[in-house]
Amino acid sequence: MKRLLSIAPLLVAIIAIQLLCAATGTLYYLTQMTMSAYYALLIIGLCVLMGYAGQISLGHGGFFAIGGYISAALTTHNLEPLQENVLVAALNSLGLLHAGVDLYGGTFLVVTPWVACIVAILAAVLISYLIGVPVLKLKGHYLAMATLGFGIIIYRVVLASEYFGEADGISGVPGFTLVPGLTVSGDFSGRIQNYYIAWGLLIIGLILLLNLIDSRVGRALRAIHGSSEAADAMGVNTARFKIQTFVLSAVFAAIAGVFLTHYNGGIGPSEASVMKSVRYVALVAVGGMAHLWGALTMGVLLNFLSLRGVFGSYDDAVFGLILILIMLFAPNGILSLRWRPGLAKQVDEKGDG
Amino acid sequence: MTIELFIQYCFAGLTYGSIYAIVAIGFNIIYNTTGIINFAQGEFVMLGGMISISLLPLMPMPLAIALAVVITMAVGALIEIIFIRWLKNPSVLRMIIITIGLSILIRETAVHIWGEGIRALPYFIGNQVTAISVFGARISPQVLVVIGVCGLMVVALGLFFKTTSVGRQMRACSANRTAAVLCGINTRNMVTFSFVLSAGIGALAGCVMSPITYSEYDIGTGLAIKGFTVAIIGGLGNAGSAVIAGLLLGLIEAFSVSVVPLAFQDAIAIAILLVILFVRPHGLFGSSEAAGLKEF
Amino acid sequence: MNLLQVDQLHKRFGGLHAVSDVSFAVRQGQIKAVIGPNGAGKTTLFNLISGALPVTSGRVIFKGKAIQGKKPYQIASRGIARTYQNIKMFSGMTALENVMVGRHTRSRAGFMASMFNLPGTPAEERAIRAQAMDLLQLLDIADVADIPATSLAFGQQRAVELARALAMEPELLLLDEPAAGLNIYETAEVGRLISKIRDLGITVLLVEHDMSLVMDISDEIVVLSFGQKIAEDLPAAIQQNPDVIKIYLGEE
Repeated sequence: MKRLLSIAPLLVAIIAIQLLCAATGTLYYLTQMTMSAYYALLIIGLCVLMGYAGQISLGHGGFFAIGGYISAALTTHNLEPLQENVLVAALNSLGLLHAGVDLYGGTFLVVTPWVACIVAILAAVLISYLIGVPVLKLKGHYLAMATLGFGIIIYRVVLASEYFGEADGISGVPGFTLVPGLTVSGDFSGRIQNYYIAWGLLIIGLILLLNLIDSRVGRALRAIHGSSEAADAMGVNTARFKIQTFVLSAVFAAIAGVFLTHYNGGIGPSEASVMKSVRYVALVAVGGMAHLWGALTMGVLLNFLSLRGVFGSYDDAVFGLILILIMLFAPNGILSLRWRPGLAKQVDEKGDG
Repeated sequence: MTIELFIQYCFAGLTYGSIYAIVAIGFNIIYNTTGIINFAQGEFVMLGGMISISLLPLMPMPLAIALAVVITMAVGALIEIIFIRWLKNPSVLRMIIITIGLSILIRETAVHIWGEGIRALPYFIGNQVTAISVFGARISPQVLVVIGVCGLMVVALGLFFKTTSVGRQMRACSANRTAAVLCGINTRNMVTFSFVLSAGIGALAGCVMSPITYSEYDIGTGLAIKGFTVAIIGGLGNAGSAVIAGLLLGLIEAFSVSVVPLAFQDAIAIAILLVILFVRPHGLFGSSEAAGLKEF
Repeated sequence: MNLLQVDQLHKRFGGLHAVSDVSFAVRQGQIKAVIGPNGAGKTTLFNLISGALPVTSGRVIFKGKAIQGKKPYQIASRGIARTYQNIKMFSGMTALENVMVGRHTRSRAGFMASMFNLPGTPAEERAIRAQAMDLLQLLDIADVADIPATSLAFGQQRAVELARALAMEPELLLLDEPAAGLNIYETAEVGRLISKIRDLGITVLLVEHDMSLVMDISDEIVVLSFGQKIAEDLPAAIQQNPDVIKIYLGEE
């Protein structure tokens, strides 16, 4: 109940923005608001990893891409030629495949979005766990480079695989019908519906993470950040908590990837690029590392501006500049500039996880 | 594999390997005086190549290269003075993010100045098809220039750190900063100097490699991660073993072409990096006890 | 019954033998002190028992089971709590939250339970808060519960650290110089507190420099010098022990 009260202003703002756009005939803004909400979902997940568990990841674009690409590939690759295959036949008889007729009258058989989504999330869990176990033993520069390296590998893989469309990416991804009547897709008719789906998902994500932060687990994470050695001596299994947080944030990234891909109707390799991963880190940093609300606000705001093309060809440069300025002058985020001056020092002392 | 092909691969490996070694030494120089990994290290290489190409129409090539190196050194100095010098005990995380931001800024500036096109300096000796025969394999003289210049740089750096006063002061800084201050060494200037030095060697490497590997605004990240791989294999902070590690990585990459598709070539270096990080984060040649004392 | 038994414990750093072949036992319900000059290996000994450092050789037996080689969090969850000579507060958390972390091993909510607020989680959270508050009251620092722990006065931070350790409901409490940096009144107060902790049924092993405190409250004393045990006896006997006098006062 208390939680609902704390997010009430956000709910009001979401509805107000929609009504305002409808009233002024600027509903096209909702498209970018929808996309920003999905990116923000990734960013709040990364915020918990960076701000609370104190682990940097320069590879979260990779998890976004894992979600988006797996979902896109499964829902677009025609399995009809493989119909005789035992596995395909089994999936089909379980009702996990979807048959249809394309624009040219050809028939096709693809995996349904729900199944694809679950596969994508499971893949993200598996990969983040396998990567996380060794990677999270590293610290500082080593962790940064290892996660950066992971991101580049994902980028290279999608760029070099025919299955993932190489440099063109995958297009023609169908809509994702969550429940009858609610479909994630880029259709103009569903613009308002999709705006609420995206923000609904983001709010659910936010509530889950706020719950987490306020719990025994969140306390343990902050304790690790505060003094890893003492947390260990209190019985906190630091390695396990770091890995679980890493997996959690990867799942958030993958879900964002799945939904945004269905919304956009496709995905390209740039989503897996280093620059994207760095941008996510920048947004978490601007929001104030250990500050879910800040990460959410900044994630939505700056992504919205970027998607509207406000920064023009200086898009990446703007994020680079933001990173530097924030780290130089307000290492605890732009929101901390006014009322939490003492914390700047703390990040310096403790922020080298 | 024929002996000619084998030699060809060897030289290709040594060429790239010596560039990686120079980038890794650049990492090490800055790491030793500051404890920072400068993620913008690869950008120095890019700047060296790009600036010299732009200067070429105005002056003879040696002068263009020299000036490009000087300008890049100035950029290195400016970066340190503007962004790094005045921070008091910044955390590792903060420095990582700042240098990443810098690398993005430099790259984006480059793309706005030079565009996305691929450029190259002309071959220093002869042209694209000039070749000399080594045991039957045809090798471009430029390859020997790259290997030779990188080798000379390593020797010169070694002499610099051993024999000159400034070099000794920098070594003192990396050994024990507090003690260096007590001996009257201006450690801040040494830090600036380390940025200048690693910008300089990066830029020179960028010039000599340009005819073979071409210069492009976004080569920095790839070089940085490979240079870092090399620095890690050699043991962070250890310039001598970085040379061996660099050549090793270059050779592995060159020979991997016969096994792995070209598109995955970058992934090989990274996979090696990940494996090394997981198994021996203090490097193949480093000792774990020394690594334990360092602050990552 | 021996709660803790240290058997031929050895720790080498390169060529330095920080702890060499030290053996002693701590009986259930005892207050045992480890004393010795600076660099005698007392803190290293604690780090070996709590798992913060790996042992070179030897055994640490707690409740009849060998625990050397286990991770610190595993040793902690078996019932050994510790404090630090240089206080290690969780920065960015209040005094109360610091103590609440101490309930970690005595509570269970995981990622899923916490995120979805599964049944039982809110109740457990309330219990953790109440128990932590009780401990702050016990140590007379309830009034600073909501203040960031790192901004408290030194003595208060020591108290918070102690409350945090007690929150674990340990069977064995390792106190590393609990009176360091305190004045004589505060030291006396710490002494009373340690006795009170023992009366709660918690066995205490402490490292301390303050002789008056050690002589006052300890049941038995182990003396270390250059990593070796040179005496183990009752306080009165330790005071008369010529070897101990020699290391503290120097040779004539």
